[in-house]
Amino acid sequence: MVRFTAVGLRYPSPDGRPGPEALADLTFTLPEGSFTWLLGASGAGKSSLLRLMHLAQMPTRGEMEVLGTLIRPERRGSLPALRRRIGVVFQDFRLLPYLSAYDNVALPLRLAGRSESSLRPDVTEMLRWVGLQGKEGALPQQLSGGEQQRVAIARAVVTRPALLVADEPTGNLDSHQARRLLALLTQMNRLGTTVVVATHSEELVRQFPAPALRLDQGRVAHHG
Amino acid sequence: MGESRPRPGSPHGPSHTEARRGPRYARDPLGLRRALSDRLLPALVAAMALLAALALAGSRGAEALRERWQQGAAAAVTVQLPPEQSGRMEEALALLRGLPEVAEARAVDQERLRALLRPWLGEVPTLPLPAVVELRLHSLSTDPAPVAQRLAEAIPGAELEAHGLWVARLAALARSVQGVALAVLALVVVVAVAVVAVATRAGLAARRQAIEILHDLGATQGDIAGRFARRIGLLAAGGALAGAALAVPALAALSSIAAPLAGGQVAPWSTLPWLDLALLPPCAGLIGWATAQLSVRRWLRRLP
Repeated sequence: MVRFTAVGLRYPSPDGRPGPEALADLTFTLPEGSFTWLLGASGAGKSSLLRLMHLAQMPTRGEMEVLGTLIRPERRGSLPALRRRIGVVFQDFRLLPYLSAYDNVALPLRLAGRSESSLRPDVTEMLRWVGLQGKEGALPQQLSGGEQQRVAIARAVVTRPALLVADEPTGNLDSHQARRLLALLTQMNRLGTTVVVATHSEELVRQFPAPALRLDQGRVAHHG
Repeated sequence: MGESRPRPGSPHGPSHTEARRGPRYARDPLGLRRALSDRLLPALVAAMALLAALALAGSRGAEALRERWQQGAAAAVTVQLPPEQSGRMEEALALLRGLPEVAEARAVDQERLRALLRPWLGEVPTLPLPAVVELRLHSLSTDPAPVAQRLAEAIPGAELEAHGLWVARLAALARSVQGVALAVLALVVVVAVAVVAVATRAGLAARRQAIEILHDLGATQGDIAGRFARRIGLLAAGGALAGAALAVPALAALSSIAAPLAGGQVAPWSTLPWLDLALLPPCAGLIGWATAQLSVRRWLRRLP
């Protein structure tokens, strides 16, 4: 479950003083095992909200609960374990350029302490699923944009996370790949993963109907 | 999703080199092997380890000389009987040997005295020489004044000369040398910490994005800091090992030069501070490890 209560986020301005609120008075609950579209125009605050959800950012006000844990900045020590239960597909992929596709996908498993022998089947299977079998040893710069995005998706889901947040995961995929990715996400959702996907694609939303959270200038404009 | 299998050597396929590099880089997700050069930092640490070895050897050498001078000369006291009293040598020896402060008393024969004076006076067979007695007191702390008083009362004109003053000055000089050497050592440690901190900051700047990715994927601060610390500790230990190896021939040469001060010819290898040299790499590694841990953990505080 993800619960936000009167959450606000303010980035510091370049001169160090608090800037305007990027997110304001966000109050909503995403039930456990739900699938939610995150919609809104560019600059509405979708990426900021996703950063809060996957704990890359702390709110400047309000109360935030992620996967049943109340987030307190003063208890930072408990956050890494919580982050390992969250899968993230970044808008800009954020692959490590000196690691092969295999090692990029294996990274969350290694951080979780999985042994080399036990992680190989999972990583290989995930790369096969996203259509990158045979490219395990390729570095990100040797892959196309779509292939890099699929590596990022494989990395996000390989741990079978309890919460999966994806920021424009279909941006570099053709329509066939996009539908295949959404099929994967809905399949994970059916298995119990809470999924939040930010997108601009109204067509994709029509193809996979689900509750939506629409942001407008940093505030919740519609939820349901 | 139906891309064809890449051909070996194609721009989108894995080269054999990359495939071979996989396991190696898997253990280095921050890419620290490239971000933290295995040349510059070890070279700087090697230079500092060489300086540290010289400072340590200087400190040890000064301490050994001070002890030798104090043990050898501070207990040595010379008694002179004037020429007109030279016939009372046996009486003087008996008196001195009976004193509780005196461990040993023996007469210096005239031939040895002339030999000692020859470099300054030449052959002077007719020159009247005083009768001289060499004493060794029981301990360094023994005050020779009561001995001198008893002797003067028994044999007028007899003089006792203790070498404490110049030994004290030499010992002070040796202590000063030792102090300077330890100050140099402390300075080397401070510079080493600064160099490691700068190298760590450079590594953090080069791998900022990778750190943020690992952080977002659930890496702990201890995990990230530990990876930096292990890499830097290893580089520092390697550099110090090279520095210590370079120090061995340098110290052996210095030991040969300083051999006369130590009382004659000694095998240079036997006088080297082997334990100190052996401890340099682990100490440098520990300094590198601890400095990197502190620097990285401080930097990571900016992340949520």
